[in-house]
Amino acid sequence: MFLQDEMILEMGPQHPSTHGVLRLTLRLKGETILDVDPKIGYLHRGIEKIAERLMYTQFQPYTDRLDYISAPANNLAYVQSVEKLLGIDVTPRAKFIRVILSELARISSHLVWLATHALDLGAMSMFLYCFRERELVLDLIEIYCGARLTTSCMEIGGVRNDLNQEFIDKLNDFIKMFPDKIQDYENLLTKNRIWLKRTKGIGIITAEQAVNYGLTGPALRGSGVKYDVRKAQPYAAYDQIDFEVPIGMVGDVYDRYLVRMEEMRQSNKIIRQALEKLPEGAIKIQDSRITRPNKADLSTSMEALIQYCYLIMEGIIPPKGEVYSSVEVPKGELGFYIYSDGTSKPYRMKIRTPSFFNVAILPFMSKGAMIADMVAFIASIDIVLGEIDR
Amino acid sequence: MEQEKNLVIEKIKERFPGAVKNVYSFRGEWTAVVDKKSIVDICKFLKETPELDFSFLVDLTALDFPDRDIPFEVVYILYSISQSKRIFVKVNVGVDDLVVPSLTCLWESANWAEREVYDMFGIKFSGHPNLKRLLMPEDFEGYPLRKEFPINGEEL
Repeated sequence: MFLQDEMILEMGPQHPSTHGVLRLTLRLKGETILDVDPKIGYLHRGIEKIAERLMYTQFQPYTDRLDYISAPANNLAYVQSVEKLLGIDVTPRAKFIRVILSELARISSHLVWLATHALDLGAMSMFLYCFRERELVLDLIEIYCGARLTTSCMEIGGVRNDLNQEFIDKLNDFIKMFPDKIQDYENLLTKNRIWLKRTKGIGIITAEQAVNYGLTGPALRGSGVKYDVRKAQPYAAYDQIDFEVPIGMVGDVYDRYLVRMEEMRQSNKIIRQALEKLPEGAIKIQDSRITRPNKADLSTSMEALIQYCYLIMEGIIPPKGEVYSSVEVPKGELGFYIYSDGTSKPYRMKIRTPSFFNVAILPFMSKGAMIADMVAFIASIDIVLGEIDR
Repeated sequence: MEQEKNLVIEKIKERFPGAVKNVYSFRGEWTAVVDKKSIVDICKFLKETPELDFSFLVDLTALDFPDRDIPFEVVYILYSISQSKRIFVKVNVGVDDLVVPSLTCLWESANWAEREVYDMFGIKFSGHPNLKRLLMPEDFEGYPLRKEFPINGEEL
């Protein structure tokens, strides 16, 4: 469609570099973008409405399907918000296992981001290298819980399984090998002239604008704001672990790239420390109103069987009240706002997803930019449509 | 009734006498229910006062209580990065006047969040630059997250 010398271009919803079913209506003048209108909702499943009909334990598998490439981190956000509502604290071992799993999710998510970001900008081989390492992470998660993507590996009151020796051995191998791999990626990209030309100085977001738009995660830290939920309001075992929060200087696409690369190194460091410090003990709290009894007890103990049936049929019953609890997922701050009316189902659950707020900055970022940079902008804010549309 | 008071809410009460209708806390989080008319001024005060510095609008959502006289609540979750503090601010919205002043003049992040609330609950935001449906198609009828919305496939 032509309006004198302006052109309307529909990008998506089935475009390879929109990272999902995102549709962008671009208004162009030549190759310059005048205006962008992101259209979302193609993946809207009404998860918040579904939550009102399900018991707290039943809802967990839906959280896997928010940001489907970092499911353990979403599980953590959800179970922590229910635990806050219940006013309980989990065991030290469960906390460290949670840290290990959510950092594995971060590495896996950042590898997918790097692979697709580089692919969008024409560096095809990066895609193969990143997916090669991501396969190892998914294998680890598979050893832990049997699933690769939709894990549901946390439980209200603890984690689902204990770490077995195979997992620990393979994880040790992985964390020894992974820093060299990150160095390989950086050798290919960080000082690559084409990469610098495609990413430096474009899509600049200042610190003030980033906060104003509600950005979180690497998109916010790339602009130099040192806000990370792991440091600001430490949860799980992050207060016992030493790590750095990398920030950018300029706030362009290249800075957000550097921040995520460093975050992968930090995640590796966090996992190493968590493995070293991993305490002994139970992986679930022993409270018959919240966690299920051991499967072995079901055939020998009448009380255990009654508790089990009661918990499955009646569910967990939290007190009346409302909580908001958030964690730092790979994309930013994922928060669950739960309003409880004292029954086994949430009265209202609002999911504050990082990608929802991050994608809203696209019109601002791309105003006056070249159309070829659009794919770099989309990749640099790292969105997943599953959690935008919910 | 808890004896403890929240300093931020005390400051709001001091600056806007009579605007705070109710205050409560749960699990260490404080909620202030305020007058709908002064929501923009209160948020501006929270955002721009240097010692409070609630510069980050974390989320904005709504709740539906069909049994109440004033059925809707709009919840604002504000966060101060420099102080590591969070606060909930709420306004009550009645059926006869389903309009809340928009916060888009203070935060760009309110833009999509308010559109989503409009889309899901039908609450309008006065002063919003582009109040259209966000997730549902533009010709969709009804507001899915209201409690009255059918969930078993029956007609509205």
